Amino acid sequence: MTETTRTLEATSGAAEDTASDTTPPPSRQRASLGKDAWFELRRRPTVWAALITLLLMTAMALTPGAFTSLLTEAGDRCDLADSKLGPSAGHPFGFDLQGCDYLAQVIRGTRPSLLAGLAVTAASLLIAVVLGLLCGFYGGRLDALVSRITDIFFGLPFVLGATVILVAFPDHGLGAMILVLTVLGWTTMTRIMRSQVIALADADYVRAARMLGARPVRLMLRHILPNAVTPVIVVAMLNVGAVISGEATLDFLGVGLQYPQVSWGLQLNAAQAFVLDHPHLLLFPALFLSATVLSFILLGDALRDAFDPRLK
Amino acid sequence: MSADTPPLLEVDDLCVEFRTRRGTIRAVNGLSYTLHEGETLALLGESGSGKSVAAQAVMGLLDTPPAHITRGSVRLRGEDLLSMPPEHRRAARGTRVSMIFQDALTALNPVLTVGDQLSEMFRVHRGEGRKAALARAVALMDRVRIPAAARRVHDYPHQFSGGMRQRVMIAMALALDPEVVIADEPTTALDVTVQAQIMRLLKQLQDETRMGLLLITHDLGVVAQAADRITVMYAGRTVESAGAEDLYTRPGHPYTRGLLDSVPRLDRMGKPLVPINGAPPLPSSVPTGCAFHPRCPRAEPRCGREAPPYHTLSTAGHRSACHFAEEVHRAPVG
Amino acid sequence: MWRFVARRLLHALPVLLGTTFLIYTLVFVLPGDPIQGLAGDKPVPPAVLAELHARYHLDDPLWTQYAHYLAGLLTGDLGTTFTGRDVSDLLADRWAVTLQLGLTAWVLELVLGMALGVWAGLRKGKWDDSAVLFGTTLIISVPVFVVGYLAQLVFGVRLGWLPVAGTEGGWPLAFLLPGLVLASFGLAYVARLTRSSLIENLRADYVRTAHSKGLSRRRVVVKHTLRNSLIPVVTFLGLELGGLMAGAIVTEYIFNLPGVGQQLFQSIQLREGPVVVGTTTALVLVFLLANLLVDLLYGLLDPRIRHD
Repeated sequence: MTETTRTLEATSGAAEDTASDTTPPPSRQRASLGKDAWFELRRRPTVWAALITLLLMTAMALTPGAFTSLLTEAGDRCDLADSKLGPSAGHPFGFDLQGCDYLAQVIRGTRPSLLAGLAVTAASLLIAVVLGLLCGFYGGRLDALVSRITDIFFGLPFVLGATVILVAFPDHGLGAMILVLTVLGWTTMTRIMRSQVIALADADYVRAARMLGARPVRLMLRHILPNAVTPVIVVAMLNVGAVISGEATLDFLGVGLQYPQVSWGLQLNAAQAFVLDHPHLLLFPALFLSATVLSFILLGDALRDAFDPRLK
Repeated sequence: MSADTPPLLEVDDLCVEFRTRRGTIRAVNGLSYTLHEGETLALLGESGSGKSVAAQAVMGLLDTPPAHITRGSVRLRGEDLLSMPPEHRRAARGTRVSMIFQDALTALNPVLTVGDQLSEMFRVHRGEGRKAALARAVALMDRVRIPAAARRVHDYPHQFSGGMRQRVMIAMALALDPEVVIADEPTTALDVTVQAQIMRLLKQLQDETRMGLLLITHDLGVVAQAADRITVMYAGRTVESAGAEDLYTRPGHPYTRGLLDSVPRLDRMGKPLVPINGAPPLPSSVPTGCAFHPRCPRAEPRCGREAPPYHTLSTAGHRSACHFAEEVHRAPVG
Repeated sequence: MWRFVARRLLHALPVLLGTTFLIYTLVFVLPGDPIQGLAGDKPVPPAVLAELHARYHLDDPLWTQYAHYLAGLLTGDLGTTFTGRDVSDLLADRWAVTLQLGLTAWVLELVLGMALGVWAGLRKGKWDDSAVLFGTTLIISVPVFVVGYLAQLVFGVRLGWLPVAGTEGGWPLAFLLPGLVLASFGLAYVARLTRSSLIENLRADYVRTAHSKGLSRRRVVVKHTLRNSLIPVVTFLGLELGGLMAGAIVTEYIFNLPGVGQQLFQSIQLREGPVVVGTTTALVLVFLLANLLVDLLYGLLDPRIRHD
């Protein structure tokens, strides 16, 4: 029994009161949940490792120039004579096909991956929260329509859906990728948000607020949203990793970003023909990519465990 | 009862701790009671008083870690259950001691038919074949008065009503005629009318089998109609224990008295209801001395310092852990 | 039971229609000439363009277009290549390879994934549980094409245990390594799902009841916990059956297996738009069909769903 529920049960003065039908006041539950969650997160080394990795990746995405000039000698110069050379002093990652310093290239690949992951997730989260609130709260035709649409999107495996859209898509820039990935990715979070809202809209404290005359908007934003959003946030965190991985896969397949844009997926695509003889071409972008995805997954997992201690 | 036959179930000074990363919580802290054959003993306490944990400790259902039994003994006909080898302990579960849980909907396995779950008792403990065990299950369902048992034996728990589900739960607990049945809030999840039926059924079954029934509840109403004797728990400890009649008419502990004053009773019609001030303590921060003293109307400074010992009161078997047990006991009720 | 089956079929139909409609709209109704779009940078002769317009009924209203397209799909017509070959013919010989690969991966996920998950769940908090958790997180984080090349490098080239590529070894030898690669993500996911579901169910009230009945731990786990725990796992595995066949693009390419996915990959590289769309549609249909099958199986496993 957690201390929170214990306190709440104890609010009844006499023994004949059962506490089973007392719904915890939401704000208080949240404050203590947040504190508990932070307590759980702080003591995990994986959380710190993931945070540091992501901080580093973010810095590289924001100012790739600073990192390339700091870590490489003449990182911007490419010489075909150096094509596919392996790691050496001054060029710890070696060179790519065009004979550019590979470390500099890999650092430059950070931005599109991170940007895609965050932008797609933010957009999906926004759609999920708005649609989830409206559908879960009002139900009815809108809900039925959105539910059918999510069903349909669930019938479309990610890579196939993205492939078929992108092949016909006129533009293959980062903006287009973000758009397509969002179109395919908003459904999972929307479903979760919707079911959360449905459960909470029926909660006693929401009914009480409704009876006290709270308007729908206030009910949704103040009473339901803060309590419904936690699991969605967890999924969002995991989703960032999934999007980054998915974007790289599409680049690798050749339907995503196109050369001369720089991304990890494209670097891996270029590396594929030389994997056996020049494994460093595969290794380094894969390492960066995997570390980023891993960090988001670790954070998401840790968040979920912190908010849902039953599974620890 | 002669002195050399050990009582059916004797729990003495039982202490259970939960050790978590955030500290140790004493859920049960010196619980003692004795249950005799054919008797109903009510373990009365508010939510959080540790009564369910105590019951699970007796059954051996607590997970270690986090739960640790730090002190005390649980003796079934003189045999200490806590020091028994795990295999023997397991063999005793369901056959000699069994348990009825509060919410039959979650306590019954949703993906197995009730027939499966009932006949399992005979198949596992008695080694009976599938068909014979199923016939036994039907007979059991008849015995707890579930209509059309032969047909319903193939149904799943969710297809039963709340009351019928609880009857299945009872049938399962009584399947092998155990000596002790622990019923943890057996009627709390049910409607009032169904509650009465279930309690009557338990009484009838007890008369047939002479089982000792440990009734764990927070409901004074249930206790009044069913219990022979009552043990009152507060903050994980026995504070008073007496015959039911005795406890109702002449409580020997201010907490018990407070409980009685706070609920409507036919014999006290027209008198005002008086709630107990304050809230029960958290198991993580039980007050020193007598745990009840911050809420007690007659507390004195020493109550915060010294834990009161058990005082034996005039009537046989009436004990109370209060420094002023005698005075409380003598004071007229109401 | 039959009402349940009928209901599921009725539920699957709109999804099938919706998905194909979605693909159709996204590909053929986007701005710009769809045929030119599908052809990419390659110039399309006006005669071919007109022919294809007529073939896809592109000058009709959207609904009519879609109806024609759907009618084609139902009769097994997945469209034609630029050179006039039927896409379905192109794929005909390739299904067997994809099916073999998908099933191999699926069985690996099922067996290894569940075994790992149950093991970790029962040993929760111990070192082997942590190892399984860490390993599976790692696998989930590494994109499948990286896993593929690494596996090829290590097991195929360096250690030489399994064929590097191609189908010469036949089933199962040639399919083991690609199967494992294709399964890697799902396998890790199944293991984690099984673990967490098992742990959650081990805390259920009915498991406590089972203990109170004096059953052995083995019986409590096998009879009272596993079946309940496996419900979400089976759902996922069901989605995977189709998902694996649909997701075999990368794996088939890396290991040079002549399946449907490899055809899709090659068509993408060659900018063969109609083949890409036709193949993708076929894979989506396979995916949906597999999902439907699982839905039905799900009902068999959980009586609560069947009866409500």
